[in-house]
Amino acid sequence: MHKYIFKRILMMIPVVIGVSLLVFMVLKMTPGDPARVVAGSEADEATVAQIREELGLNKPVLQQYVDYMAGMLHGDMGNSYTTGKPVFSEILSRMPTTFILAFAGVLVAVLIGIPLGIISATKQYSILDNISTLLALTGVAMPNFWLGLMLILVFALQLGWLPSGGVTSWQGYILPAVTLGVGATANFMRTTRSSMLEVIRQDYIRTVRAKGANEKRVILRHALRNALIPVITVIGLQIGTLLGGAVVNETVFSLPGVGMLMINSINKKDEPVVLGCLITFAVVFSLVNLFVDILYAYIDPRIKSQYR
Amino acid sequence: MKDSTAAATMGKEQSKKRKRSQMTEIWRRMRRNRLAMFGLVIVSILIIVAIFANQIADYNTVAIKQNVVERLQGPSAEHWAGTDEFGRDIFARLVHGARISLLVGVVAVCIALVTGGILGAIAGYFGGTVDNVIMRIMDIFLSIPILLLAIMIVAALGSSMLNLMIAIGLASMPTFARIVRASVLSVKDQEFVEAARAIGAKNNHIILRHIMPNCLSPIIVQATLRVATAILSTASLSFISLGIQAPAPEWGAMLASGRAYIRDAPHIVIIPGLLIMITILSLNLLGDGLRDALDPKLKR
Repeated sequence: MHKYIFKRILMMIPVVIGVSLLVFMVLKMTPGDPARVVAGSEADEATVAQIREELGLNKPVLQQYVDYMAGMLHGDMGNSYTTGKPVFSEILSRMPTTFILAFAGVLVAVLIGIPLGIISATKQYSILDNISTLLALTGVAMPNFWLGLMLILVFALQLGWLPSGGVTSWQGYILPAVTLGVGATANFMRTTRSSMLEVIRQDYIRTVRAKGANEKRVILRHALRNALIPVITVIGLQIGTLLGGAVVNETVFSLPGVGMLMINSINKKDEPVVLGCLITFAVVFSLVNLFVDILYAYIDPRIKSQYR
Repeated sequence: MKDSTAAATMGKEQSKKRKRSQMTEIWRRMRRNRLAMFGLVIVSILIIVAIFANQIADYNTVAIKQNVVERLQGPSAEHWAGTDEFGRDIFARLVHGARISLLVGVVAVCIALVTGGILGAIAGYFGGTVDNVIMRIMDIFLSIPILLLAIMIVAALGSSMLNLMIAIGLASMPTFARIVRASVLSVKDQEFVEAARAIGAKNNHIILRHIMPNCLSPIIVQATLRVATAILSTASLSFISLGIQAPAPEWGAMLASGRAYIRDAPHIVIIPGLLIMITILSLNLLGDGLRDALDPKLKR
């Protein structure tokens, strides 16, 4: 097991380097001179040249990348062009909001999606199955930020039950988490349903039934464990989508997370902050995938054995 | 000599007939799927509306012209979907929005299809190191969520309609590369490809003429589904002000500017969102229907 985890971590290194290099290169393509942004439009050429020198912008791009990554390992991602504060601490202070939001979104989706999927599969073609299929179809098609606005309209403005934004209390996370979770719920439900349908037709399930186990035990103890394997892959994949969705959702609910920071920085052309946010998202996403893969090996020993 | 020409024409006729009967068969299977037909009808209406947008409501005099006297009106006989915060007719703006969304969606998917398709075909056909290099680069692309990748490209290039198309197109490129590669791998060792090679056909001829036609089904299905994703991404990016800029009537941008008035005039936000949802739903239903019709084996 340890060997597998070690190998999997080693495999992550080229991916992280590749992703960060890609992000770095693309952002370096941005037209305009960052030194000019820092210096302001009235500064003379000599000042701009001096700032360029200070920020290391006159070095070759690859050298800049290596310097940047070396700095990042020490928690140094440069300073914001607009506020002058260190990017690392800016991101770190906003990280909890984004994480809580994404985690709560996954939780909502798992808690609703998987049980619905199980019920749909065990009662195939029943009214409940058809209703949840319909809900899944609309859930996937619904623009996430629009659902957020609709929830604000109903639960915050009309009923006044929940706050429409901000995170002064835990209630502030309810609407954003539900909003974020709905698309994923639909996905989890469909995957659970189809994989459950496949599993309950297998021989070993018939054997369990023949031994006289009751239906609850057959489904929850025997079928679900195998049916969940594809669901876990989908959960891992969905976390990426959820991180992207969190960016948009933070705008809808005015939550002070990393996504909000990134969008504001893009509009202000604050390159170091944008770069920092994107690399953070990419690294977090890689880590999540790593975690999912390891979890996978625990659940399905067949996968681990491929790496021996 | 005469005989061989006759035989050739007959062969052509026959293959034409076979093609036609294959199309009728696919169409017959589509027709039986009510949800897919619903999708097809809605998508067709949207395409027609997008083409004739200027005939339905003029862009300069109706869709973007401000008329503050009539601002924030609810739906009425005169303004079917009400008016927005500048007194512009929301129905007219939605009609022109359909044009923008479909255009961005289709062009972005074409960009993804061409770039991803070429890379995937090369990777699958040649295999080995080429395959490894291309697919590892695609993996890196895939390890960033699509929306974040698009945000990154827009952040670098600046926000305009063309950049938006490029951003969303490049973000969906790896999916097509994977599909095309997988399809190429599944057919490249079959006898008809070997036969083509044996009679001296060149690599690009084999890929384009013999392998590609056999990979079309999954590509068509994925392209349809991807247009939906692209439209959704466009709306999301415009909503966070990184997409289409005002006063252009993009659906997501309409939601962004309308949200300030959600309390007093909720129709500004409700109606465009419903339209986005119906569009995506229809495209998804159509895509799923096409999958079932094109390849009954894949039916889930």
